[in-house]
Amino acid sequence: MSTSRIDVEIEHKHAPPPDGKRHPNTCPKCDSHYRDDELDASLWVCAHCGHHFPMRARARIAYLADEGSFVESAADLHSEDPLGFFDLRPYTERLAEAEVSTGLGEAMVTGEAAIAERPCELAVMDFAFMGGSMGSVVGEKLSRACDAAAERSVPLVAVTASGGARMQEGILSLMQLPKTVCAVEDLHDAGGALFVVMAHPTTAGVLASFASLADVTVAEPGALIAFTGPRVVQQTTREKLPDDFALSEQNLRFGHLDAILPRRELRPYLARLLRLFGDAR
Amino acid sequence: MPGEAELRLRARLARLRSVPLLGGARISGEVERLERQLERLGAEPEPSADEIWRSVELARHPERPYTLDYVDRLIEDFVELHGDRGRADDAAIVAGLGRFAGRTVALLGNQKARDINERMKRNFGMAYPEGYRKAMRVMELANRHGFPVLTLVDTPGAYPGVAAEQHGQGGAIARSQAVMARLGVPTVSCIIGEGGSGGAVALALADRVLMQENAIYSVITPEGCAAILWRDASAAKKAAAAFKPDALHCLELGVIDAIVQEPEGGAQADHDSAATLLGESLAAALEELDSVPADELRRRRRAKFRAIGVFA
Repeated sequence: MSTSRIDVEIEHKHAPPPDGKRHPNTCPKCDSHYRDDELDASLWVCAHCGHHFPMRARARIAYLADEGSFVESAADLHSEDPLGFFDLRPYTERLAEAEVSTGLGEAMVTGEAAIAERPCELAVMDFAFMGGSMGSVVGEKLSRACDAAAERSVPLVAVTASGGARMQEGILSLMQLPKTVCAVEDLHDAGGALFVVMAHPTTAGVLASFASLADVTVAEPGALIAFTGPRVVQQTTREKLPDDFALSEQNLRFGHLDAILPRRELRPYLARLLRLFGDAR
Repeated sequence: MPGEAELRLRARLARLRSVPLLGGARISGEVERLERQLERLGAEPEPSADEIWRSVELARHPERPYTLDYVDRLIEDFVELHGDRGRADDAAIVAGLGRFAGRTVALLGNQKARDINERMKRNFGMAYPEGYRKAMRVMELANRHGFPVLTLVDTPGAYPGVAAEQHGQGGAIARSQAVMARLGVPTVSCIIGEGGSGGAVALALADRVLMQENAIYSVITPEGCAAILWRDASAAKKAAAAFKPDALHCLELGVIDAIVQEPEGGAQADHDSAATLLGESLAAALEELDSVPADELRRRRRAKFRAIGVFA
């Protein structure tokens, strides 16, 4: 008897999850914990300390767009695996998993919408889909959204949340930088406007392309906005990093943003911009 | 037997031909390019992992010619221009005017170096935002005066530092590309060593993008990719084989327009021959663009980049 061990798994409701990660609904700043419906109601902002949780693309569109106004486009675009990329797992498997877990076809959702009865085109990124990384499909969707905005003579509102280019597509993902830059240039030449809302995180390839070419650029509080993130900067340079390194607040101070807006103020702010740009013609 | 690459290209070509015309010119341009690539591919086998890694090593070879080595051999009456007119002069990017193929051109390039002091001065070829702002200033100058713009790309990447971030590295790279998308003069870029990510593409949104045989062009360094995806920086060779930064793959994927030959054994073996071969390719590319009006240059340039990508 004494040789056989009995394993007992105790499920403790306050125990941290076994992998040490905190629950996604637990505030990383103040440890307040919320149910999904509570976070939905507060726009995924911590009611206690104001921390902005990541917001899924669909939820964001539901908040920003007038009810029933959003018509999705290019929803059928799907990534291919041009390099036959295989790291620890095949790219195709990672894609399939991302589709299932997010219910999205890719890391960006685009379509036409109205905000406070002003028409616009929306392009909203979702960090939950492979870290919001930009591959061929994200580039193409943004590119088409620019054309759609130009054709309808309405501004394009882009909400960014991205770890950068999608490495699994190799050089093609890097080429989405010049691709989206050209698309924005075409939009600007057509007299169109681009407003960018930078959510956490807006980094690397997305920051180094369309996200930085907006007519008006705002960010959510505490968002990481960097070409190179703090971990890599620290490792390569051994420099001591300032406390608010690469956060929205530092970016505003150094002149890279027009404003930092709490999530609840985004919709009225965008509505005001749409009125200003719409009434100019 | 057709290689996998060829089959993929053929499939893509067939799909492009059947697409209902959205922006007609854009798609037919893509078809032409794919056909050109197919012709070339007929002769070339797929590079192996070892061959890809050899490119990585040659692209970083300390004796490989750098931008100023080519300037010495190809550009007459070179006048280097300094400073971004705002904050600093970033020596990691060289900019200037000179005579090439019988006309005045603006030349921009990332600059690496061989001895340690010079390397520090050039920051190992990694530019700050100030470098890209200097490049933008000189490109705009060239545009005002009708000088074609040549860029030589050779950087591990834009510098990842505190001040670089504070001074707006991401925005500078985006705006440098935007300036290139707006130029009304012919633009030719060549990847001459390491085409490292955003820091490289900032200078490579050109009418013609060339790449030397042993150069690499990639979204991330092999070491960076290995550290992130394999969680092991020593898996760099494996990573390079997976994301294929070599010239042949870049050509196959429609990312570059042509490959520039290097002397036997690589450009480091014979700087003069490497320069001659590069000079011929640059001159030929410029000549192709010579008679194209400014609006048409811009339109075709943007259409070319907007057509890059593989999706279903």
